[in-house]
Amino acid sequence: MKKTISKIKNLSNPDKQGYYGDFGGAFIPEMLYPNVEELRSNYLKIIATKKFKSDFKALLADYVGRPTPLYFSKNLSAKYGAKIFLKREDLCHTGAHKINNTVGQVLVAQHLGKKRIIAETGAGQHGVATATVCALMGLECIVYMGEKDIERQAPNVARMKMLGATVVPATSGSKTLKDATNEAIRDWINHPDDTHYIIGSVVGPHPYPDMVARFQSVISKEIKKQLKKCTGKNLPTHVIACVGGGSNAAGAFYHFINEPKVKLISVEAAGCGINSGKSAATSQLGTPGILHGSKSLLMQTADGQVVEPHSISAGLDYPGIGPMHANLYKSGRAIFMSATDEEALAAAFELSKTEGIIPALETAHALVVLKDIPFKKTDSVVICLSGRGDKDLATYMDHL
Amino acid sequence: MNKLDQLFSSRKKNILNIYCTAGYPTLESTSTVMLALQKSGADIIELGIPYSDPIADGPVIQQSNMHALQNGISIEKIFLQLNEIKDQLKVPVILMGYLNPVMQYGIEKFCEDAANAGVSGVILPDLPMYEYEHFYKALFEKFGLFVIFLISPQTSEDRIRKADKLSKGFIYAVSSSATTGKETDFPQQQAYFKKIKNMKLNNPVLIGFGIKDKTTFDMACKHASGAIIGSAYIKALENSKDIARSTASFIGDILNP
Ligand SMILES: Cc1ncc(COP(=O)(O)O)c(C=O)c1O
Repeated sequence: MKKTISKIKNLSNPDKQGYYGDFGGAFIPEMLYPNVEELRSNYLKIIATKKFKSDFKALLADYVGRPTPLYFSKNLSAKYGAKIFLKREDLCHTGAHKINNTVGQVLVAQHLGKKRIIAETGAGQHGVATATVCALMGLECIVYMGEKDIERQAPNVARMKMLGATVVPATSGSKTLKDATNEAIRDWINHPDDTHYIIGSVVGPHPYPDMVARFQSVISKEIKKQLKKCTGKNLPTHVIACVGGGSNAAGAFYHFINEPKVKLISVEAAGCGINSGKSAATSQLGTPGILHGSKSLLMQTADGQVVEPHSISAGLDYPGIGPMHANLYKSGRAIFMSATDEEALAAAFELSKTEGIIPALETAHALVVLKDIPFKKTDSVVICLSGRGDKDLATYMDHL
Repeated sequence: MNKLDQLFSSRKKNILNIYCTAGYPTLESTSTVMLALQKSGADIIELGIPYSDPIADGPVIQQSNMHALQNGISIEKIFLQLNEIKDQLKVPVILMGYLNPVMQYGIEKFCEDAANAGVSGVILPDLPMYEYEHFYKALFEKFGLFVIFLISPQTSEDRIRKADKLSKGFIYAVSSSATTGKETDFPQQQAYFKKIKNMKLNNPVLIGFGIKDKTTFDMACKHASGAIIGSAYIKALENSKDIARSTASFIGDILNP
């Protein structure tokens, strides 16, 4: 678990070609080049404009409901022997951190004059967040979702439909997030002019990982301020987040990445156990490879075929991680831990009963590792409570 | 001399390039399919390396990739199969595949083994020109493998020039912004095809995506040196009881109906 960091470079942003160390880049078919290039050459300019900044800020405040609280959790603190804070992204409009990114990207899409929005979704939270901002802005919205996820996240499918989005089932492969992403990419190839693809995590070709991380970075920006108020210090000792593609973790880590004193803890889904053959713990099971337009760690066979992952939580059921996280792993800057399906379920019930907060199944993974980390009483630990658990009630009821 | 150069120096018109998926319809059918294609009159064979996540492909080629993987195909087996028939294959063979399996195989080893198996060129749709130029060009050149880049109706003139500079053998002009197998509205693409023609590129141009029969092949040949057929041929194999006969009739319908 302990690796020393020889030197801290800028680990939070990629270089000009979109690389975080060895990971990143833009491995896309030529048919996508104009779209991705348009985005790459404009995204930093757009998000630096006065108009974007004021629109983004206003929407995050009045529509999303930011800042989200940093809640001192007395009961968890007493139990685990540290000061434990929950960053309440579950209180965002639509119930997860995902909307921070969709608000940012829909504004970028408007600057680029796009009329049609596509997205992929796993748990459905990103799909709902995309459908929501499209409804707000009057844009057509098509969401690709794995057939298996459509079944296990039914409430979110209904929400997307009510918000006016078209939900298209992805029926290839494992019928989960990876396949939904393939379909969204194919849609974008087929609609090169009018469409913006709102990717839901820090994955995809450059500039997506950086753009999404920047939009999610509001999470750590707020944590810094809020923690200062609570503890007098603006740096926590630990930040813990679950990692599917890694967007809530990227946001919660962002302003701490270049602060070597802050321990960054990424929790992956171990599924039925890391070596069970039914897992999604990419850092443990993956090797460098290319998926969905970037080079990162990837669960694959020796022949380079992508392995179908497993997690009880649709949002973590993905065979890759964003290139920023691959680099945080490789450099030793972040500590990677994992939680099984069963542990996540137990943690979800624990938080519900001890704090009165029903977390998303994804989020529950982050809570699991509290028991495994040796804390000091003076430690201040921030857990990114990425989303609420309404969408998972059917799964929870099965295990009640 | 690379077989692609030989071909194009002897003929610049009506080149028929047919795509087939290695290990499809059965693991052992790769050589049967390729020899049938050659016998029936295909000028170039584009052999697909199956991948679990072929993002530039439509449903038909996706399915063939999935079947071939279930049949147990791998790059290693593809080279074994090619080595068995390389002396019988007179037409140029191009490997088409996604970058990840090739990377895992090892790019240098891939180039070496491909050259030894008599392969003339490769198409790797998700290998960007930038990466190729800066990291891989020397390797492919060392083994005499031609790399063919794609252009689409959205590709700028500057980039078409760049693709022309980096490509050898020919340029692959995608007929419309689409994944493989999608219908193409040829009249609507006139301006694009004209633009390419007027640019007087160094490489011959083959048009691919949406070419499925004599009519579409002839239309493509009006604008370019030839065309590439993929999904339509895979469909013809899907229900085939006799690969040689299905192939002969598929190609016969296009070349001499
Ligand atoms: C509540 C919640 N947390 C976490 C995730 C995982 O995504 P990421 O790793 O990008 O934060 C999801 C994805 O659906 C989610 O809905």
